[in-house]
Formats: sequence, structure tokens, C-alpha cells
Amino acid sequence: MAVLLLAEINDGTLSLDATSKAVTAAKDLGDVTLLAVGASAKAAAEEAAKIEGVAKVLVAEDDLYGHRLAEPVAALIVSLAGDYDHIAAPATTDAKNILPRVAALLDVMVLTDVTGVVDADTFERPIYAGNAVQTVKSKDAKKVLTIRTSTFDAAGEQSAAPVEDVAKADDPALSEWVKDKVAESDRPELTSAGIVVSGGRGVGSEENFAIVEKLADKLGAAVGASRAAVDSGFAPNDWQVGQTGKVVAPDLYIAVGISGAIQHLAGMKDSKVIVAINKDEEAPIFQVADYGLVGDLFDVVPELTEKL
Amino acid sequence: MKVLVPVKRVIDYNVKVRVKADGSGVDLANVKMSMNPFDEIAVEEAIRLKEAGTAEEVIVVSIGVKQAQETLRTGLAMGADRAILVTATDDVHNDIEPLTVAKILAKVIEEEEPGLVICGKQAIDNDLNATGQMLAALTGWAQATNANSLEIDGDHATVAREVDGGLQTIKVKLPAIVTTDLRLNEPRYASLPNIMKAKKKPLEEKTPEDYGVDAAPRLEVVKTSEPPERAAGEMVGSVDELVTKLKDKGVV
Repeated sequence: MAVLLLAEINDGTLSLDATSKAVTAAKDLGDVTLLAVGASAKAAAEEAAKIEGVAKVLVAEDDLYGHRLAEPVAALIVSLAGDYDHIAAPATTDAKNILPRVAALLDVMVLTDVTGVVDADTFERPIYAGNAVQTVKSKDAKKVLTIRTSTFDAAGEQSAAPVEDVAKADDPALSEWVKDKVAESDRPELTSAGIVVSGGRGVGSEENFAIVEKLADKLGAAVGASRAAVDSGFAPNDWQVGQTGKVVAPDLYIAVGISGAIQHLAGMKDSKVIVAINKDEEAPIFQVADYGLVGDLFDVVPELTEKL
Repeated sequence: MKVLVPVKRVIDYNVKVRVKADGSGVDLANVKMSMNPFDEIAVEEAIRLKEAGTAEEVIVVSIGVKQAQETLRTGLAMGADRAILVTATDDVHNDIEPLTVAKILAKVIEEEEPGLVICGKQAIDNDLNATGQMLAALTGWAQATNANSLEIDGDHATVAREVDGGLQTIKVKLPAIVTTDLRLNEPRYASLPNIMKAKKKPLEEKTPEDYGVDAAPRLEVVKTSEPPERAAGEMVGSVDELVTKLKDKGVV
């Protein structure tokens, strides 16, 4: 059995955390060949070749793949698909854009956000915002899946596997990149941060979010937000933690003024230690928290920032 | 330009989902059903295109059980012009897979020749996030998923997409498939007069056989279970106590 796994590379930089965790999930399925795609992908490919469990790395380096548009990348994966039984990727927004297109081109179903590998045909994935877990068995000859990385550990290191170039595929020429608007930040990336401090509707305003950010900066943490906070305009959408946002599993997750709606819990309940600070002692967030503190966040959070 | 909007009937997003004790699925008996929230955003965006004079007609399509008629009537009450219901199953527990849905939609597209299809990015029941991308593959059209904004300019659409770390703006050739993210718009509520009017709007009924599509599933659901529960934690009385606990745990 052989697996083709799309490495997560953005602007030439390998997301080692996401790629390595996806390798952990995929290596029980067979020999893992990584595919490194980008306008600049060679250096990332060399780095990825050292992820334990990788048998080979294929590099498709071309301007065509510079912004990982779904149509050309899907065409490339389909051109390589013949040799593999499984086609996988970490469940990033890029891969979630590309892999269902690949699956339909191959006339197979796609399994997204896989949280468990039972056997080569059978997988677990959350449904209803994580309120249920479905075990599904695929009857398709090829399996196309995205892997929710927060549920797998990162793979170790090995001496570098061989790296080979592959030819680019035809350009479907359907879309073009215009621009990126990247949220500038010195903080760690939300999905791979060791500590995440998130604010909810209770924070009250965009200005008040500074309290949450100060605590995060003291801890060297990433900042997150609940959907309620994002919808209220307190925080940007790419901070959103939850089923409709990012799924995180840091060592420490501090929820500030977050009631704990089901969809938010689905995005953070795999965190190792959860702290909840809320003035409502009935808030559902306390049911998943390891440590709960009932109090006014405007008193508690600055005090915590000072004492840590 | 015609705009086609696929809509799905799902458990209302406010309802607490319960897994059936025998592991066969989620309990749908006497549960409030609504239009998938991301599809409401799609309907809203299509109606706005019509109000702006960019689109001439908005068609809503649903593929599933007969009861999806109610979901289509909601779309009509919001302002869509007509509806197509493809009854693919009699069993409310039978979720029609995105690949099948995309195949049927591709046939509907052949007949209707829309200039744009707007889908929700994912259905809040199976959370697959796949139908739009699969439909784009089957039609050979461009795809712009997770749209935060959409502008139509002649034979192109410019779409800002919500991606990890910010927004990516792309320009796609029309016809294309766009999928909606949360912040694209705020869907309107249907007014009572519009709900009454919607009852008289045309709703065409079809089956997968009419389109020559085999609706047999590719995935077998082995079981559905409750997610693992976290062990109950403890309440602390002060910030000092919390700091001590976190230090003891070695996480700060």
C-alpha cells in the first residue's frame, strides 16, 4: 500500500507541525511519499524528507503552484494518483480546498477532518461540530482524506529520504491569484502554538481584547476567539477557534469570557490543560475545564498576567 | 445570468444533537430542521446579486428527502424565483453523499446553464466541506471556496477567501462555483407576505433517475458514537491558587 501526502507549504516554508502530524496518521496505511508543491518548494522538500516515516519526497516547483490554487494543484495530484492507494493531506484550509476536487476528479468520495485511522478502509471523523464521531468504511478503490492534525502527535526525525522532481501538470487556467492579506503578528501560529489564550463575547469590545492579548504575550501564546466574539467584531475571523474556525490542541488553553458553545468546544476540547475564567458559574465551559475560576475577567485576567 | 444555489435541510444549529444509544446515528425524531446556515448565506448573496441587477434569476435546488421542500420554500420566501427538489431517499437518516449531490447538480447545471453557483462551504450535519469543490471538478469550472466577499465583473468574479492566516483574493473565470464563509453577509429573515408568496412560486420535483445518476453511497457508516468526554476538573478560588496549580502542572 502506498500513500501520497500533500505537504503543507506556504511561500516556500514548510509547516513542519501540520505535515509531521499528518505523516504520523498516514504511515500505518503504507509507504508515505510526500508531495512538495510551490513556486519555491525545494528547501521545504529537503526539510520534509527528514520527517520520520517519509519514504520519498516528490517536488513540483513551478510558478504555476505559487499560490496553491485548487485547480492546478488538483490536476497535479491527479496526474500522480495512479501509483497510490491513499491520497492524504493535513486538514488545512488549502488542503480542504484542493482534496475534494481531487476526489471528484478520481470519482471517489472524500473523507475530511479524519481524527482516527481504524484500518486502510475505515476512518473516524467528527460530525455535528464534534458532537458525534462517525466511523466510516470506504468502498472506493482509492481513498482521499484530510487529517485533523490536532489529534495526532508529531513524527520524529530520520536521516533524509530521497527527494525527486516531478513534472508539472497542465494548467487548467481557470483562476488567478490577485493578492494576500496576511494578518501581521509576532505571536505563534494558532494551530501549532503551545499555549492559546482565547476571548469570548464576555470580553465586550475590540478595545477590551487588549487584556486577552496582554496575557497571551506574557505567556508567549497565540490569541484565539470564540465565534461569538468574531461575529461581534471584537476579533478577526482568523482568530476563530471552533468547528467553523480553527481546531487547536495546545498544552494550555485559557478561555476568557467564553461561555462554551458546542461549536467552540469542538475546536479546543483536545487541549491538554484547559483553564476557564468566566463570571457565570453555570457556563458550560466549566464542564470541560481542568481549572475553573469564577470571577470578573477585567479583574482576574490582569492579576493573572501580573502573577505569571 | 442565472444563479443556482444548492440548499440542504439539516438539524437546526440551535438544537443539541443526541447520538442514538444503538450507535446507528443521530436522533432525528421530533427535532427542528432548518436550512444549513452556510446555505442561507449563499441564498442571501444570490438575492443581492439579483437586486443589484447582476443576476436575472435565482434557482434553489435541494437533494435529499421530500421534506426538503420546506427548506426550498424558505429559500423562495427569502427571494429566490423557483426551486428544484430532487428526492433521492425516503429515509431522513440517509445522508446523500457530496459526490452524488455534485453529480446530480452537474446535470441540473447542464439543463439550467447558470453563470454562477453559490454553495455553503459545508453542511453543519456531516461537516464534510466537499460539495462545492466536487461540483467544480465535475463541471471543469473554477472554484472559489470560503468566500468573504464576492464581486462579479463581466466574465470574471473576484473573491476574497478566508484562509489560514488571513485573506486570499483570487479572480476566477465564470461560470464558477463559489462557496460561502460566515462573514460574506447576514442573511435576511423572510417576511410573512413573502412566505405567503413563496407558496405560489414554482417547485419542480425530480429524482436522481431523471438525471441518470446512481445514488449508491461509497461510504458505509459503521457506527456513530458519542465523543470521548473530558474528566471533570476542579474550581479554584483565586488567581494565586490558579497560578500555583498551573506551575505544579508544569504548563507555565
